[in-house]
Amino acid sequence: MANPRPRIRVPKSATKDEVITIKTLISHKMESGQRKGKDGKLIPREIINKFSCEFNGRPVFSCDIDPAISSNPYFEFNARVPESGTFKFTWVDDNGSVYSTEQAIEVK
Amino acid sequence: MKTKIIAAALVCSTAIGLTFGSALADPVNDTLTIDGVEMISRAKAPEGHPFKEVLSGWLFREKETRAVEADSFQNPGMFAVERGEEVWNAVDGSAGKSCASCHGEATKAMKGVGTSYPKWDAASKRPVDLELRINNCRKANMGAEPYKFDDGDQRALVTYIKHQSLGMPMHIDLTKGNMKAWWEKGKERYYLRTGQLNLSCASCHEVNMGKHIRADHLSQGQINDFPVYRLKVGHVVSVMNRFRGCIRDTRAEIPKAFSDELMALEVYVTWRGTGLSIETPGVRQ
Repeated sequence: MANPRPRIRVPKSATKDEVITIKTLISHKMESGQRKGKDGKLIPREIINKFSCEFNGRPVFSCDIDPAISSNPYFEFNARVPESGTFKFTWVDDNGSVYSTEQAIEVK
Repeated sequence: MKTKIIAAALVCSTAIGLTFGSALADPVNDTLTIDGVEMISRAKAPEGHPFKEVLSGWLFREKETRAVEADSFQNPGMFAVERGEEVWNAVDGSAGKSCASCHGEATKAMKGVGTSYPKWDAASKRPVDLELRINNCRKANMGAEPYKFDDGDQRALVTYIKHQSLGMPMHIDLTKGNMKAWWEKGKERYYLRTGQLNLSCASCHEVNMGKHIRADHLSQGQINDFPVYRLKVGHVVSVMNRFRGCIRDTRAEIPKAFSDELMALEVYVTWRGTGLSIETPGVRQ
Protein backbone atom coordinates (compact mmCIF):
# COMPACT_ATOMS: atom_id res chain seq x y z
CA MET A 1 0.00 0.00 0.00
CA ALA A 2 2.51 2.51 -1.13
CA ASN A 3 0.42 5.31 -2.54
CA PRO A 4 -2.65 6.43 -0.64
CA ARG A 5 -5.82 5.45 -2.47
CA PRO A 6 -8.91 7.51 -1.85
CA ARG A 7 -12.29 5.81 -2.06
CA ILE A 8 -15.58 7.67 -2.01
CA ARG A 9 -19.20 6.64 -2.08
CA VAL A 10 -21.66 9.27 -3.27
CA PRO A 11 -25.03 8.51 -4.90
CA LYS A 12 -25.10 9.17 -8.67
CA SER A 13 -28.41 11.00 -8.41
CA ALA A 14 -30.72 12.55 -5.85
CA THR A 15 -33.97 14.51 -5.66
CA LYS A 16 -33.78 18.27 -5.02
CA ASP A 17 -32.80 19.09 -1.43
CA GLU A 18 -32.40 15.44 -0.57
CA VAL A 19 -30.04 14.68 2.31
CA ILE A 20 -27.54 12.10 1.14
CA THR A 21 -24.91 10.10 3.00
CA ILE A 22 -21.34 10.42 1.83
CA LYS A 23 -18.67 7.93 2.79
CA THR A 24 -14.94 8.35 2.27
CA LEU A 25 -11.96 6.17 3.04
CA ILE A 26 -8.30 6.62 2.20
CA SER A 27 -5.44 4.18 2.64
CA HIS A 28 -2.72 5.81 4.69
CA LYS A 29 -0.36 4.51 7.37
CA MET A 30 -0.89 7.60 9.59
CA GLU A 31 2.51 7.40 11.24
CA SER A 32 1.93 9.19 14.55
CA GLY A 33 5.48 10.48 15.10
CA GLN A 34 5.53 8.90 18.54
CA ARG A 35 6.86 5.48 17.65
CA LYS A 36 10.48 4.45 17.62
CA GLY A 37 12.04 2.42 14.82
CA LYS A 38 14.42 -0.52 15.19
CA ASP A 39 17.32 1.94 15.47
CA GLY A 40 15.72 3.53 18.54
CA LYS A 41 15.08 6.81 16.77
CA LEU A 42 11.67 8.41 16.44
CA ILE A 43 9.92 7.67 13.16
CA PRO A 44 8.96 11.09 11.79
CA ARG A 45 5.29 11.96 11.82
CA GLU A 46 3.49 11.47 8.55
CA ILE A 47 -0.24 11.74 8.68
CA ILE A 48 -3.05 13.22 6.69
CA ASN A 49 -3.65 16.45 8.57
CA LYS A 50 -6.68 17.85 6.79
CA PHE A 51 -9.71 16.55 4.98
CA SER A 52 -12.27 18.63 3.15
CA CYS A 53 -15.29 18.21 0.93
CA GLU A 54 -16.67 20.87 -1.39
CA PHE A 55 -19.81 21.01 -3.49
CA ASN A 56 -19.62 23.28 -6.55
CA GLY A 57 -16.81 25.19 -4.83
CA ARG A 58 -18.72 25.68 -1.56
CA PRO A 59 -17.45 23.99 1.60
CA VAL A 60 -19.57 21.08 2.84
CA PHE A 61 -17.39 19.52 5.47
CA SER A 62 -13.81 19.86 6.58
CA CYS A 63 -11.71 18.85 9.53
CA ASP A 64 -8.19 18.89 10.89
CA ILE A 65 -6.76 15.50 11.73
CA ASP A 66 -4.36 14.78 14.56
CA PRO A 67 -1.97 11.90 15.23
CA ALA A 68 -4.45 9.90 17.31
CA ILE A 69 -6.54 9.09 14.24
CA SER A 70 -6.14 5.49 13.09
CA SER A 71 -4.54 4.39 9.84
CA ASN A 72 -6.83 4.39 6.79
CA PRO A 73 -9.09 7.19 8.13
CA TYR A 74 -12.80 6.87 7.34
CA PHE A 75 -15.29 9.74 7.25
CA GLU A 76 -19.05 9.58 6.87
CA PHE A 77 -21.28 12.63 6.80
CA ASN A 78 -24.53 13.94 5.35
CA ALA A 79 -25.11 16.72 2.85
CA ARG A 80 -28.16 18.38 1.32
CA VAL A 81 -28.11 18.50 -2.46
CA PRO A 82 -29.80 21.67 -3.82
CA GLU A 83 -28.74 21.27 -7.46
CA SER A 84 -26.76 19.10 -9.84
CA GLY A 85 -23.03 19.45 -9.36
CA THR A 86 -19.78 17.91 -8.26
CA PHE A 87 -18.49 16.85 -4.87
CA LYS A 88 -14.77 17.33 -4.56
CA PHE A 89 -12.76 15.63 -1.82
CA THR A 90 -9.28 16.61 -0.71
CA TRP A 91 -6.84 15.01 1.71
CA VAL A 92 -3.67 16.91 2.69
CA ASP A 93 -0.60 14.90 3.70
CA ASP A 94 2.17 16.07 6.08
CA ASN A 95 4.66 15.45 3.27
CA GLY A 96 2.95 18.11 1.17
CA SER A 97 1.07 15.75 -1.12
CA VAL A 98 -2.57 16.45 -1.82
CA TYR A 99 -4.84 13.61 -2.81
CA SER A 100 -8.13 14.47 -4.38
CA THR A 101 -11.02 12.90 -6.15
CA GLU A 102 -14.46 14.03 -7.23
CA GLN A 103 -17.84 12.77 -8.29
CA ALA A 104 -20.78 14.35 -10.04
CA ILE A 105 -24.32 14.06 -8.80
CA GLU A 106 -27.46 14.75 -10.81
CA VAL A 107 -30.55 16.27 -9.29
CA LYS A 108 -33.66 14.81 -10.88
CA MET B 1 -18.86 -28.05 51.63
CA LYS B 2 -19.44 -24.56 50.30
CA THR B 3 -15.86 -23.52 51.00
CA LYS B 4 -14.67 -26.58 49.17
CA ILE B 5 -16.57 -25.57 46.06
CA ILE B 6 -15.23 -22.03 46.22
CA ALA B 7 -11.71 -23.36 46.70
CA ALA B 8 -12.14 -25.67 43.73
CA ALA B 9 -13.41 -22.80 41.62
CA LEU B 10 -10.41 -20.71 42.61
CA VAL B 11 -8.04 -23.47 41.62
CA CYS B 12 -9.76 -23.79 38.26
CA SER B 13 -9.60 -20.10 37.49
CA THR B 14 -5.96 -19.75 38.42
CA ALA B 15 -4.82 -23.09 37.12
CA ILE B 16 -3.45 -21.72 33.91
CA GLY B 17 -1.73 -18.82 35.57
CA LEU B 18 -4.15 -16.18 34.37
CA THR B 19 -7.53 -15.17 35.64
CA PHE B 20 -10.19 -15.21 33.02
CA GLY B 21 -13.17 -12.93 33.53
CA SER B 22 -15.94 -14.79 35.22
CA ALA B 23 -18.75 -12.93 33.49
CA LEU B 24 -19.70 -15.03 30.53
CA ALA B 25 -20.23 -12.84 27.51
CA ASP B 26 -21.94 -14.88 24.87
CA PRO B 27 -21.37 -14.36 21.17
CA VAL B 28 -24.05 -12.10 19.73
CA ASN B 29 -27.08 -13.30 17.87
CA ASP B 30 -26.57 -11.43 14.64
CA THR B 31 -26.39 -12.10 10.93
CA LEU B 32 -23.49 -10.97 8.81
CA THR B 33 -24.38 -9.89 5.31
CA ILE B 34 -21.64 -8.56 3.00
CA ASP B 35 -22.58 -7.12 -0.39
CA GLY B 36 -25.92 -8.88 -0.20
CA VAL B 37 -24.36 -12.28 0.53
CA GLU B 38 -25.33 -13.82 3.84
CA MET B 39 -22.38 -15.35 5.65
CA ILE B 40 -22.62 -18.61 7.55
CA SER B 41 -21.31 -17.51 10.90
CA ARG B 42 -22.76 -20.46 12.83
CA ALA B 43 -22.36 -23.98 11.50
CA LYS B 44 -22.90 -27.47 12.81
CA ALA B 45 -19.55 -28.82 13.93
CA PRO B 46 -18.00 -31.76 12.06
CA GLU B 47 -17.88 -35.16 13.76
CA GLY B 48 -15.33 -35.42 16.53
CA HIS B 49 -15.31 -31.65 17.16
CA PRO B 50 -15.23 -30.49 20.78
CA PHE B 51 -18.03 -27.96 20.11
CA LYS B 52 -21.55 -28.63 18.87
CA GLU B 53 -21.53 -25.43 16.86
CA VAL B 54 -18.64 -23.58 15.27
CA LEU B 55 -18.84 -19.80 15.49
CA SER B 56 -17.20 -17.10 13.42
CA GLY B 57 -15.01 -14.67 15.32
CA TRP B 58 -17.24 -11.90 13.94
CA LEU B 59 -19.89 -12.82 16.52
CA PHE B 60 -17.47 -12.03 19.33
CA ARG B 61 -16.54 -8.53 18.25
CA GLU B 62 -17.98 -5.17 19.29
CA LYS B 63 -20.92 -3.70 17.40
CA GLU B 64 -18.72 -1.06 15.74
CA THR B 65 -16.14 -3.58 14.56
CA ARG B 66 -18.88 -5.83 13.20
CA ALA B 67 -20.33 -2.91 11.26
CA VAL B 68 -17.00 -2.16 9.57
CA GLU B 69 -16.80 -5.71 8.23
CA ALA B 70 -20.43 -5.74 7.13
CA ASP B 71 -19.85 -2.73 4.85
CA SER B 72 -17.36 -3.65 2.15
CA PHE B 73 -16.86 0.04 1.37
CA GLN B 74 -15.86 0.85 4.92
CA ASN B 75 -13.76 -2.29 5.35
CA PRO B 76 -10.11 -1.17 5.03
CA GLY B 77 -9.15 -4.78 4.26
CA MET B 78 -10.57 -4.09 0.80
CA PHE B 79 -7.46 -2.05 0.07
CA ALA B 80 -5.56 -5.34 0.16
CA VAL B 81 -8.13 -6.85 -2.22
CA GLU B 82 -7.60 -3.95 -4.64
CA ARG B 83 -3.84 -4.27 -4.38
CA GLY B 84 -4.18 -8.05 -4.83
CA GLU B 85 -6.00 -7.52 -8.10
CA GLU B 86 -3.08 -5.42 -9.36
CA VAL B 87 -0.62 -8.11 -8.30
CA TRP B 88 -2.76 -10.75 -10.02
CA ASN B 89 -2.46 -8.88 -13.31
CA ALA B 90 1.18 -7.79 -12.94
CA VAL B 91 3.79 -9.58 -15.07
CA ASP B 92 6.71 -10.80 -12.98
CA GLY B 93 9.65 -13.18 -13.48
CA SER B 94 11.67 -14.54 -16.40
CA ALA B 95 8.71 -16.24 -18.11
CA GLY B 96 7.00 -12.88 -18.62
CA LYS B 97 3.76 -14.06 -17.09
CA SER B 98 1.28 -12.80 -14.55
CA CYS B 99 -1.18 -14.92 -12.57
CA ALA B 100 -3.79 -13.84 -15.10
CA SER B 101 -1.75 -15.14 -18.07
CA CYS B 102 -2.57 -18.72 -17.08
CA HIS B 103 -5.57 -18.45 -14.78
CA GLY B 104 -7.50 -15.70 -16.56
CA GLU B 105 -9.98 -13.74 -14.52
CA ALA B 106 -9.69 -14.37 -10.81
CA THR B 107 -13.40 -13.71 -10.27
CA LYS B 108 -14.09 -16.91 -12.22
CA ALA B 109 -10.91 -18.98 -11.90
CA MET B 110 -10.38 -18.45 -8.18
CA LYS B 111 -14.00 -18.76 -7.04
CA GLY B 112 -14.09 -21.43 -4.35
CA VAL B 113 -10.33 -21.98 -4.37
CA GLY B 114 -9.81 -20.33 -0.99
CA THR B 115 -12.25 -22.66 0.77
CA SER B 116 -10.13 -25.79 0.69
CA TYR B 117 -6.58 -24.82 1.65
CA PRO B 118 -4.29 -26.18 3.12
CA LYS B 119 -4.30 -28.91 0.47
CA TRP B 120 -2.16 -32.00 0.01
CA ASP B 121 0.77 -31.34 -2.33
CA ALA B 122 1.98 -34.60 -3.89
CA ALA B 123 5.26 -33.09 -5.09
CA SER B 124 6.49 -31.94 -1.70
CA LYS B 125 4.59 -34.67 0.21
CA ARG B 126 3.11 -32.19 2.67
CA PRO B 127 0.12 -29.88 2.88
CA VAL B 128 0.53 -26.41 1.39
CA ASP B 129 -1.49 -23.30 2.12
CA LEU B 130 -2.27 -20.57 -0.39
CA GLU B 131 0.92 -18.65 0.39
CA LEU B 132 3.10 -21.67 -0.44
CA ARG B 133 0.95 -22.62 -3.43
CA ILE B 134 1.50 -19.15 -4.88
CA ASN B 135 5.24 -19.36 -4.22
CA ASN B 136 5.42 -22.75 -5.95
CA CYS B 137 3.59 -21.30 -8.92
CA ARG B 138 5.93 -18.31 -9.06
CA LYS B 139 8.99 -20.55 -9.06
CA ALA B 140 7.73 -23.24 -11.43
CA ASN B 141 5.66 -21.26 -13.92
CA MET B 142 6.59 -17.59 -13.72
CA GLY B 143 10.32 -17.85 -13.09
CA ALA B 144 9.84 -15.30 -10.34
CA GLU B 145 11.27 -15.08 -6.86
CA PRO B 146 9.03 -16.65 -4.22
CA TYR B 147 7.60 -14.08 -1.83
CA LYS B 148 9.33 -13.66 1.49
CA PHE B 149 7.04 -14.44 4.42
CA ASP B 150 4.46 -11.69 4.94
CA ASP B 151 5.55 -9.62 1.97
CA GLY B 152 2.88 -6.98 1.38
CA ASP B 153 2.11 -8.36 -2.06
CA GLN B 154 1.85 -11.90 -0.72
CA ARG B 155 -0.73 -10.79 1.82
CA ALA B 156 -2.61 -8.79 -0.79
CA LEU B 157 -2.67 -11.62 -3.32
CA VAL B 158 -3.85 -14.21 -0.79
CA THR B 159 -6.52 -11.77 0.39
CA TYR B 160 -7.66 -11.18 -3.19
CA ILE B 161 -7.82 -14.90 -4.00
CA LYS B 162 -9.66 -15.84 -0.81
CA HIS B 163 -12.04 -12.92 -1.27
CA GLN B 164 -13.29 -14.61 -4.48
CA SER B 165 -14.81 -17.29 -2.22
CA LEU B 166 -16.66 -14.79 -0.04
CA GLY B 167 -19.61 -16.52 1.62
CA MET B 168 -18.65 -20.04 0.53
CA PRO B 169 -18.21 -22.56 3.35
CA MET B 170 -14.74 -23.73 4.35
CA HIS B 171 -14.06 -27.38 3.71
CA ILE B 172 -10.71 -29.11 3.98
CA ASP B 173 -10.12 -32.48 2.31
CA LEU B 174 -8.45 -34.82 4.80
CA THR B 175 -8.67 -37.91 2.59
CA LYS B 176 -5.82 -36.94 0.27
CA GLY B 177 -2.26 -38.15 0.85
CA ASN B 178 -1.17 -38.05 4.43
CA MET B 179 -3.54 -35.26 5.49
CA LYS B 180 -5.01 -37.28 8.34
CA ALA B 181 -1.59 -37.63 9.97
CA TRP B 182 -1.00 -33.87 9.62
CA TRP B 183 -4.41 -33.27 11.16
CA GLU B 184 -3.41 -35.48 14.12
CA LYS B 185 -0.14 -33.60 14.46
CA GLY B 186 -1.99 -30.29 14.36
CA LYS B 187 -4.43 -31.48 16.99
CA GLU B 188 -1.55 -32.45 19.25
CA ARG B 189 -0.07 -28.97 18.77
CA TYR B 190 -3.44 -27.35 19.52
CA TYR B 191 -3.64 -29.01 22.92
CA LEU B 192 0.08 -28.69 23.74
CA ARG B 193 0.78 -26.25 26.53
CA THR B 194 3.81 -24.11 25.76
CA GLY B 195 5.62 -21.06 27.02
CA GLN B 196 6.16 -19.48 30.39
CA LEU B 197 2.42 -19.02 30.70
CA ASN B 198 1.89 -22.71 29.98
CA LEU B 199 -1.00 -22.13 27.61
CA SER B 200 -2.31 -24.22 24.77
CA CYS B 201 -4.54 -22.91 21.99
CA ALA B 202 -7.38 -24.71 23.74
CA SER B 203 -6.80 -22.89 27.04
CA CYS B 204 -8.26 -19.75 25.52
CA HIS B 205 -10.18 -20.77 22.44
CA GLU B 206 -11.88 -23.89 23.76
CA VAL B 207 -11.98 -23.97 27.56
CA ASN B 208 -12.55 -20.25 28.03
CA MET B 209 -14.22 -19.39 24.74
CA GLY B 210 -16.80 -16.63 25.23
CA LYS B 211 -15.16 -15.21 28.34
CA HIS B 212 -13.08 -12.10 28.66
CA ILE B 213 -9.33 -12.18 29.05
CA ARG B 214 -8.84 -8.65 30.29
CA ALA B 215 -10.40 -6.50 27.55
CA ASP B 216 -10.43 -9.22 24.92
CA HIS B 217 -13.50 -11.32 24.24
CA LEU B 218 -12.19 -14.82 23.53
CA SER B 219 -13.53 -16.36 20.35
CA GLN B 220 -13.17 -19.91 19.07
CA GLY B 221 -10.04 -18.78 17.21
CA GLN B 222 -11.45 -19.55 13.78
CA ILE B 223 -9.50 -18.58 10.66
CA ASN B 224 -12.29 -18.32 8.08
CA ASP B 225 -11.77 -14.54 7.98
CA PHE B 226 -8.03 -14.62 7.15
CA PRO B 227 -6.09 -12.74 5.94
CA VAL B 228 -7.84 -10.45 8.37
CA TYR B 229 -7.69 -6.67 8.77
CA ARG B 230 -6.57 -5.98 12.31
CA LEU B 231 -7.42 -2.55 13.65
CA LYS B 232 -4.43 -2.92 15.95
CA VAL B 233 -1.88 -2.96 13.13
CA GLY B 234 -3.80 -1.22 10.34
CA HIS B 235 -3.31 -3.83 7.61
CA VAL B 236 -4.23 -7.40 6.76
CA VAL B 237 -2.55 -10.13 8.77
CA SER B 238 -1.82 -13.70 7.60
CA VAL B 239 -2.72 -16.90 9.45
CA MET B 240 0.94 -17.76 10.06
CA ASN B 241 1.56 -14.30 11.46
CA ARG B 242 -1.40 -14.66 13.83
CA PHE B 243 -0.31 -18.12 14.99
CA ARG B 244 3.16 -16.78 15.69
CA GLY B 245 1.77 -13.77 17.53
CA CYS B 246 -0.48 -15.94 19.67
CA ILE B 247 2.38 -18.31 20.54
CA ARG B 248 4.63 -15.33 21.32
CA ASP B 249 1.98 -14.13 23.77
CA THR B 250 2.27 -17.40 25.68
CA ARG B 251 5.95 -16.47 26.00
CA ALA B 252 7.04 -19.57 24.13
CA GLU B 253 9.68 -19.99 21.44
CA ILE B 254 8.05 -18.98 18.19
CA PRO B 255 8.07 -21.61 15.42
CA LYS B 256 8.99 -20.49 11.91
CA ALA B 257 6.22 -19.59 9.48
CA PHE B 258 5.27 -22.54 7.23
CA SER B 259 7.20 -24.93 9.51
CA ASP B 260 5.74 -28.44 9.81
CA GLU B 261 4.45 -27.54 13.24
CA LEU B 262 2.48 -24.49 12.12
CA MET B 263 1.34 -26.05 8.84
CA ALA B 264 -0.12 -28.96 10.82
CA LEU B 265 -1.79 -26.44 13.10
CA GLU B 266 -3.27 -24.62 10.10
CA VAL B 267 -4.68 -27.90 8.80
CA TYR B 268 -6.27 -28.66 12.15
CA VAL B 269 -7.59 -25.15 12.85
CA THR B 270 -9.06 -24.93 9.33
CA TRP B 271 -10.90 -28.20 10.03
CA ARG B 272 -12.19 -26.76 13.30
CA GLY B 273 -13.96 -24.08 11.26
CA THR B 274 -15.54 -26.47 8.76
CA GLY B 275 -18.76 -25.02 7.38
CA LEU B 276 -18.09 -21.37 8.21
CA SER B 277 -18.18 -18.89 5.34
CA ILE B 278 -14.98 -17.39 4.03
CA GLU B 279 -15.19 -13.76 5.22
CA THR B 280 -11.87 -12.57 3.80
CA PRO B 281 -11.00 -9.84 4.55
CA GLY B 282 -12.56 -9.99 8.00
CA VAL B 283 -12.16 -7.13 10.47
CA ARG B 284 -10.99 -7.79 14.01
CA GLN B 285 -9.48 -5.67 16.74
